[in-house]
Amino acid sequence: MRYAETGYNLEIDLATGNIERVETDPKLMELHLGGLGTSVKLHWDRVPPETKPFDAENLLVFSTGILNATPAFSANRSVVTFISPQSELLAYPMMGGFWSAELKYAGYDKVIFSNKSPKWVYIWINNDKVEIRDASHLVGKGALETQFLIREELNEPRAQVAAIGIAGENKVFTASIEQGRSSASRLGGGAVMGDKKIKAVAVRGTKNDIHLAHGAEFMEHMMDMTKYINFRRENPIPGVMTILSGIGSPQEMLHTDEKWHTENFSWGNARTRRRGFWDERISEEWPRVQLEGIKRLISCFNCPQQCGALISYKDTPRYMAKCFGKLTYAMASYVDKMEFAWTTLQRATEYGVDSFSTPQILAFGIELYEAGILTDKDFAGAPTDKEGRFVWLLDRVARREGIGDVLANGTYWAAKEIGNGAEEYAHNNIKKHEQLPLKLGMLDPLYYLMYSTNEKISITQIEGNWPQGAFPTLEQREEFVKDWPQLPNEYMKQWLLDWEPRGEKGIPHFPTPDMCCEIVDWMEMLHNIDDACCVCAGMSSFCLKPPYHIHNYPKIISAATGLDLDEDSLKKIVNRSRNLHRAYNNRLGMRRKDEKPPEDHWKRRFPELEEELLSTYYRYKGWNQDGIPTKERLHELDLDYVTEDLEKRGILKDGQD
Amino acid sequence: MAKIKKKIKTITVDADKCNGCRGCEIVCSGFHSIPKYSTINPARSRIQVVFRPLEDIWLPIFAGEYSPAECMGREKYLIDEKNYDECEFCRASCPARDRFKEPDSGLPLRCDMCEDEPELEQPKCVEWCINDVLVYEVREEEVDEEESIDDVEIGLQSLVDKHGLKKIVETFTRMSQKD
Ligand code: SF4
Ligand code: SF4
Ligand code: SF4
Repeated sequence: MRYAETGYNLEIDLATGNIERVETDPKLMELHLGGLGTSVKLHWDRVPPETKPFDAENLLVFSTGILNATPAFSANRSVVTFISPQSELLAYPMMGGFWSAELKYAGYDKVIFSNKSPKWVYIWINNDKVEIRDASHLVGKGALETQFLIREELNEPRAQVAAIGIAGENKVFTASIEQGRSSASRLGGGAVMGDKKIKAVAVRGTKNDIHLAHGAEFMEHMMDMTKYINFRRENPIPGVMTILSGIGSPQEMLHTDEKWHTENFSWGNARTRRRGFWDERISEEWPRVQLEGIKRLISCFNCPQQCGALISYKDTPRYMAKCFGKLTYAMASYVDKMEFAWTTLQRATEYGVDSFSTPQILAFGIELYEAGILTDKDFAGAPTDKEGRFVWLLDRVARREGIGDVLANGTYWAAKEIGNGAEEYAHNNIKKHEQLPLKLGMLDPLYYLMYSTNEKISITQIEGNWPQGAFPTLEQREEFVKDWPQLPNEYMKQWLLDWEPRGEKGIPHFPTPDMCCEIVDWMEMLHNIDDACCVCAGMSSFCLKPPYHIHNYPKIISAATGLDLDEDSLKKIVNRSRNLHRAYNNRLGMRRKDEKPPEDHWKRRFPELEEELLSTYYRYKGWNQDGIPTKERLHELDLDYVTEDLEKRGILKDGQD
Repeated sequence: MAKIKKKIKTITVDADKCNGCRGCEIVCSGFHSIPKYSTINPARSRIQVVFRPLEDIWLPIFAGEYSPAECMGREKYLIDEKNYDECEFCRASCPARDRFKEPDSGLPLRCDMCEDEPELEQPKCVEWCINDVLVYEVREEEVDEEESIDDVEIGLQSLVDKHGLKKIVETFTRMSQKD
């Protein structure tokens, strides 16, 4: 009997139309759990490093995690893996919602797409019946519209559909995969899906029971968690901004006070910090229009939070939204109207684009135009008002028309192609990917490491459990550490107590590089557990004092799977997958030189300290000074086959550490 | 007929508060698996959430009586400018659709208010719904005594309806001989 997982993957060869249900090796769960862990293993085994993002050999894998479809709260992520057209590394954007649960109840842990379809198709997974269906009538349709049309066509209102819009069809590098209120947005999964000519993947599952090894015990853990969730609902963390005080992903649909984000982020193309933005007019208009647009707050599968919303604003077609998309378009365009935010987000959601990168790319285009690097010829036909021009450019990008065809590759690649000084303007990237539009003063050593080294290469990186800044008073710090069972080691409390907003015990020199390594490694490890379980980071690694943590995770996973895990063995498993992922990206060319936050991320930089941080962290992780796992580390993690491969390719040289 | 005291258990559904998480379906299916929580499959749940997100419809429905035949007509509801399709509010396990049937055997499902020994403080779906959509109440009423039919009988009745009494008896005999 297989517990927690279904024990089967669905293999779909798009070139031949061959569909197979393949039993997986039960050992894989012991080695990599599931979710991102087992997906990384799949890519390692089957996709050689010569593969380019749009080669037929680039696998596109939709995976559930080990806890999806169990009663584990918020275990609803689907993780999509592929070599990204933007970063050219192994990407893993995730989406919440309901898709992964349906897939497991249909009887599969993963759907693995190989090769390319000769014509547009969508996939219909209905328990053991799996079909590749014609999608020619859906080409050109919006991502949300497509989901709706497919449900109608199948006459199955409960089918969950992950679809691309025209941006994915046109292989825009920031194309997302949209699913109800959720999306897998970062690093161009929609483009790879479009390249394979998959318009959508619909799934409905009713026939497959998910077995729990120790169900009653599992439920006891969940009841404890319910108590804690209720406690946290009534007791937000004091002394931090509202958005960080609760649990769940950022409650952007619920909260209307956006003074902090609008005034502290850098808007346009990560350019201007708009102090005083949240003035009398805006602070009245924006909350009012936000609430006018929100019809209902909605949740993902089995989650007590409700981070998403059904948006019904005037005569804009209805859609669903979550997170910062509500701010990014209006702020990037300097159109200071919440109405513009709601209407543009609808358009962008139907096009199916990432609402972090895309607004920056559009603002980048406009900056280049204003600087004379792009010309009237590039903007021929564009309206002259800010609003009109921004939407016009969004249309061009989604359709890859004219200058939009260049910008559709993201700021890094577009700048290279445009030349003439454009590179200077692509200033907010790590590993060729647009980051959160945030420009700060003093180098933060923890964030320096998180930004530089994680394979996620995007917004949430590996932050979450450690507070974003030091508390000003000792009383606040004492209050915070008093009740902090999530911490892996008691002695770390002292670090927080000692941590001052500035001075000797403040950033950039404190926490010290050694402390930083431990803190960052802990937070990263938690993200890796979430990603193997497909638990929402909002209930775990991405929030302060979360319901899931290193002390209850082993018990929860053991009760579900029947594995006998303690903290060390769980850490070892995710560390194994994490090192395999790193080695995979090393194989794709990633090295120390790539591990750099944007030049202007902080005003005050400390080159020597930064090098020291990186070197110390590499050593801590068991990587050599080029950021490649050492033979010893790989051996400890039972990854000798990786050493062998890296040596054969000359990436690891014998005797070199 | 003699009067007896009967506990009337009600669950009030405040559907506007539902955020569509389907947690109620998960816990119900787990609670009714044997042993408890050994398997999870919302298709076996005795509460099912009807959802059509863009129409702002999220509606938890509890499994009611088993019905051997579908109704002659259909109703459509228009409430608060939302159109509810035919059958949407109906609680029956009926031949016209898949809802409230075990996905493998097709046997009907019915909400039993989580009857258990010892009695639960509140039904599982109510406990699990953190958004207070489901509100539980018990009151006592005097009612005429009547024979209640239990789950096994309902199940058997549905099998008889489907395959005929003769076939069921034959199968039953054959199975008992195997033991
Ligand atoms: S916390 Fe929010 S994003 Fe995460 S699973 Fe729950 S509803 Fe979804
Ligand atoms: S648990 Fe509550 S909020 Fe969630 S679907 Fe059921 S009734 Fe709705
Ligand atoms: S009351 Fe119990 S049996 Fe009825 S739907 Fe709720 S959980 Fe299921």
